[in-house]
Amino acid sequence: MSQSYDRGLVEDFGRWREFSAGMWAWLFHKFTGWVLIGYLFTHIAVLSSALNGAATYNSTLHGLEGLLVVRILEVGLLAVAVFHILNGVRLLFVDLGVGIGLETQEKSFYASLILTGLIVVASVPVFLEGGL
Amino acid sequence: MAERYSSFRAGSTRWFLQRITAAFLVVTLAFHFYLVHFLHPAPQITFAGSAGRFSVPAYFVTMVLFLAAATFHGVNGVYNALVNQGVEGTPLRAAKWVLGVAGVLLFVQGVRVALAFVGGA
Repeated sequence: MSQSYDRGLVEDFGRWREFSAGMWAWLFHKFTGWVLIGYLFTHIAVLSSALNGAATYNSTLHGLEGLLVVRILEVGLLAVAVFHILNGVRLLFVDLGVGIGLETQEKSFYASLILTGLIVVASVPVFLEGGL
Repeated sequence: MAERYSSFRAGSTRWFLQRITAAFLVVTLAFHFYLVHFLHPAPQITFAGSAGRFSVPAYFVTMVLFLAAATFHGVNGVYNALVNQGVEGTPLRAAKWVLGVAGVLLFVQGVRVALAFVGGA
């Protein structure tokens, strides 16, 4: 069903300088994937306040959104989600045999990173609006 | 980078489902972010607003399918990350069950939340 690849010890920080674009793409996609599935469990837990009625739901969400740190974390979540989407689209194309050359894959990975950065920076005002 | 480094063996059912859910999630996750962060900024989200959106059958069904796809994609992704790291045998079988049960619980809880918005929970 699945197979294991020996990529060496990722936690060996000294190796990071040797990583190719492909290794970074693999690492970022795994990292953002872990964050997203972790967030999904948290998200459903928070939304579960709806089971206790409208007042609990409203006070829970407004309480969280009233915290600046939550809004900053949401910008991080957007960055993670946008990169996972864009790099995921790249991987879907690679699976279809499109853009499979080394240079094309590297360029499309860098394009995913740049586009993620642009979308996130442009979205910061929307996420940080509201009082402290 | 020209080699195929996927954690999945091409052609397997889980490989195929991971791609199908990915394609679906590209659209639904982007739609979700746009709707509840840009069109309706998170600080303005209320129970009444959520209930209004969930009262539309197409939205309700889309969100339940979104949850199902995200849960499968995430849990299957974690399982394959473990395989990728060389986990095998009993620890892998245990992880499979834990992830499977956690995924089912997450989906059921998410559906309960969706039903709460339409007064059915």
